[in-house]
Amino acid sequence: MNVLEFTALVALGSFVAGLLGALTGLGGGVVVVPMLALLFHVDIRYAIGASLVSVIATSSGAAAAYVREGYSNIRIGMFLETATTVGAVAGAAIALHVRTSAIAIVFGVVLLYSAYLSSRHRQEHGPQLQSSPLAKKLRLDGTYPTPEGKQAYSVTGVPAGYGLMFGAGMLSGLLGIGSGAVKVLAMDQAMKIPFKVSTTTSNFMIGVTAAASAGLYLARGYIAPGITMPVMLGVLLGSIIGAKLLVRAKVKVLRYLFAAVIVALGIEMIFNGATGRI
Amino acid sequence: MNEHSNSPAGAQTWDDRRIGIIIGTLLRSGVILAAAVVLIGGILYLVRHGHEAINYSTFHGEPESLKRVTDIFHGVASLSARAIIQLGLLLLIATPVARVLFSAMAFALEHDYLYVIITLVVLGILLYSLFGSS
Repeated sequence: MNVLEFTALVALGSFVAGLLGALTGLGGGVVVVPMLALLFHVDIRYAIGASLVSVIATSSGAAAAYVREGYSNIRIGMFLETATTVGAVAGAAIALHVRTSAIAIVFGVVLLYSAYLSSRHRQEHGPQLQSSPLAKKLRLDGTYPTPEGKQAYSVTGVPAGYGLMFGAGMLSGLLGIGSGAVKVLAMDQAMKIPFKVSTTTSNFMIGVTAAASAGLYLARGYIAPGITMPVMLGVLLGSIIGAKLLVRAKVKVLRYLFAAVIVALGIEMIFNGATGRI
Repeated sequence: MNEHSNSPAGAQTWDDRRIGIIIGTLLRSGVILAAAVVLIGGILYLVRHGHEAINYSTFHGEPESLKRVTDIFHGVASLSARAIIQLGLLLLIATPVARVLFSAMAFALEHDYLYVIITLVVLGILLYSLFGSS
């Protein structure tokens, strides 16, 4: 394969990943690494570096709209980023020192888990009536726009959410994914923040989290321009078009299809890692 | 009019809204600029190196010239295609960093010093990752 063919195929694959990621809400980053590692036989750490950069592009692009509309809570995001960035630096440091087969196995497990999460019905929690003292001290409560006007919300479970955020950052740095699912879990389930605020604030945080580990990957020479260029441009274009199509598409069938792809990739990553092929 | 910008209600309404709009614009411009630079570098790269063979299956690490911020700038000055792509990627990584830097200033203007400190901690970690580790 020469550079031209490689670039075209990787750009196309990344475009589809970004498109499906945006349409299903599962994020495109999660399939980029297995695609590069399994299909194109790219060293997994190059793949992680490229994926991290594309994650910054898509999350910053989407976050721009949400922040302006007043969904994302900047204080919650900023406070929790102290946990995700430390986690991300730790995750990247681990990734640069452990065997690639170990990374592949962890990646496979995370893929299977995120497919499981997406198949499960979300349990709606009622609005949190009063903020915990710590949340009050940190001024985490806020308002967000709804069809009926501005809706105020309170926040609780700060220590549990903070711990989960450290884990989310670590996974992000280790695997080059946004780990939005864990971030939403921390805010929606542990801190009882409204779902819409959780997802948009998660998106807002992903860019900073990924930037924290991307710096380390860059300094160690794991950001290869020849790979990252088609990945970043492809995923970005795919996710922009995906977000525009979202209103019209039949998302449910696509969700199942994409979840099935993720399961297959997860099993293959574990298999390849366990047999030492990655 | 007496304005107590320290009260949570006052800080949450007008100021946070404006900060949100500025941050949104900042993020979007950063991504557009980065993508444009990567695209220009990418086209140049394909024109010059399109027919070379690739080998990414084993890791050899990118050369020094594509790892350090200052070296990337030198490469761009000599119109190296890979360095131009790397500059675009660097701009992309810098976008969230700029967002954090702006947030710190905005919180200072709101006299919210607790969040100035929190934001500076995040900024410190980001700068360590970009410059401190190499």
